[in-house]
Amino acid sequence: MSAATMTAPRLKAAADEGRIGVRANLRHIGALVRRNALQIRQDPESMFDAVLMPIIFILLFTYVFGGAIAGKGHQHDYVQHLVPGMMAMMGMNIAMAVGTGVNEDFRKGVMDRFRTMPIARSSVLIAKIVVEIGRMLVATAILLGMGFLLGLEIKGSMLAFLASIVLSTVFGAALMWIFILLGLAMKTPQAVQGVAMLVLMPLQFGSSIFTPTTKMPGWLKGFTEVNPLSNLADAARALINGQGPVAHPTLITLGWAVAITAVTMPLAVAKFRKKT
Amino acid sequence: MTREKISTKGGNAVEVRGLVKHFGAVKAVDGVDLDVKEGTVLGVLGPNGAGKTTLVRCLSTLLVPDAGHAVVAGFDVVRQPRALRRTIGLTGQYASVDEKLSGWENLYMIGRLLDLSRKDARGRADEMLERFSLTEAAKRPAAKYSGGMRRRLDLAASMIGRPAVLYLDEPTTGLDPRTRNEVWQEVQQMVREGATVLLTTQYMEEAEQLANELTVIDRGRVIAEGRVDDLKAKVGGRTLQIRPSDPGELDRMAGAVARAGLDGIAGATADHDGGVVNVPIISDEQLTAVVNVLGREGIALAGISTHLPSLDEVFLAITGQKTSEAGAEDVMDQQYAEVSA
Repeated sequence: MSAATMTAPRLKAAADEGRIGVRANLRHIGALVRRNALQIRQDPESMFDAVLMPIIFILLFTYVFGGAIAGKGHQHDYVQHLVPGMMAMMGMNIAMAVGTGVNEDFRKGVMDRFRTMPIARSSVLIAKIVVEIGRMLVATAILLGMGFLLGLEIKGSMLAFLASIVLSTVFGAALMWIFILLGLAMKTPQAVQGVAMLVLMPLQFGSSIFTPTTKMPGWLKGFTEVNPLSNLADAARALINGQGPVAHPTLITLGWAVAITAVTMPLAVAKFRKKT
Repeated sequence: MTREKISTKGGNAVEVRGLVKHFGAVKAVDGVDLDVKEGTVLGVLGPNGAGKTTLVRCLSTLLVPDAGHAVVAGFDVVRQPRALRRTIGLTGQYASVDEKLSGWENLYMIGRLLDLSRKDARGRADEMLERFSLTEAAKRPAAKYSGGMRRRLDLAASMIGRPAVLYLDEPTTGLDPRTRNEVWQEVQQMVREGATVLLTTQYMEEAEQLANELTVIDRGRVIAEGRVDDLKAKVGGRTLQIRPSDPGELDRMAGAVARAGLDGIAGATADHDGGVVNVPIISDEQLTAVVNVLGREGIALAGISTHLPSLDEVFLAITGQKTSEAGAEDVMDQQYAEVSA
């Protein structure tokens, strides 16, 4: 049989017959969110980072550094500084777990199944983001709960308090795309973790999260001013403490979130599509 | 069962022409032509690294071929991948189910991804678990399944959407013989229910059990094709191995069989190292005839068995050389490097 006789007449007409509608897309994302949530139920240890990290970190920083920074007996003042800062840090730490998770997922045959099914390829990634945002909210709730136990007070309005949570969640979600991209690009989860730590540590400590930047050298202070984590921490701090400028750090944080998403999301989806 | 309308009865469910896929300098698939008639099983037989998996990945939209084209269930694999994905099922060499989810949850999820309503997805999950004898294990995580159960769950997952064409990529590699038989039975059942199957395998025995037609590939090229029986005849069918009670009688035994002039039996060879006489046969009648000859000659037997030709023997018969397996391993490694890069 020659090639010419076989093709043309038997091809189905509509090229977009396989196009996926919005409702179908949402249904697919729903099914995949359910998958990710069930995985957590099966493997509760995977929630350790979201549950234990905020508890351990807040205790450590409050009692180890709090006295030194705010003065002995003034740990309470430090909590007011630290908790909003840690809201910024939580997003980053959870986002890192997304990268290793995506990488591990890809080493399994189930991705091949998803990729041979009539679903938008981005739905797999979006479902992952949705579940991770859920994990981030759990981590934030625990962090704030611990904060309240240690004497954290909401000095601003309730609305401003909620805005601080929304802002840190939006920024965290944007960061997840970076780590998804890393997770798709690197060969092993260990490699993802290694690179992530390299990026993470300077960003976290070269910021206003843990200490005020006033005692830092000029060059570092310059860095902290553009560091999105500083800006997020400053914004959350202003919103929760009801003092200090809100608009400037908020805008810078949102700008970063939009820029990061605009650059890394299309790259991640393209990488996912091409990955073999 | 709207799927049946997709291709014309009696036509080809899969048509591949001149398909090429290179990984760098390695020609994993190098101009493959093949057809799978609707409702039949095509076995793609070849050693490791022959290009079987790459071929399946091209036909299931996981890889884009570099040249040539392929039409599956009426859809072009390159131009209509999304439509094609609605009509195919894939069970790979590595179980493609989510190990952390239970069997039921896996099947329900796939039902929902295939746009079944919640109710239909639940019903279909129950139905498929029952059908693949997994009802008792429905709630256990797939990670706790045995190898055979996992492979059955994988088959069930591939069948949820009633695919017009099913790809089975080495479905029994790494399974013990008992589990392998279970998987074979399931595949035979699916074929009775009307599935069109493209099966890749390294085992002649598996091809013989499951396939109607065979395509033998090596180094990305088709080196033989035809009905399983025809290929078997070409290769020489089975080998009858007879073990005399007294190893000293090997030559006398071989001579007796060779001299008897039995229909269709060309000769018999004594294998002194193995302590057996090998007689190539094609039918059960010949087996009986050989045993009768030995009975008349009064030669006492210690054992008798038949063997299917190995992949090596098939390759030897077709190409006059052994499989390129040793070299092929490197190709595999290179493919992997390419894939994870």
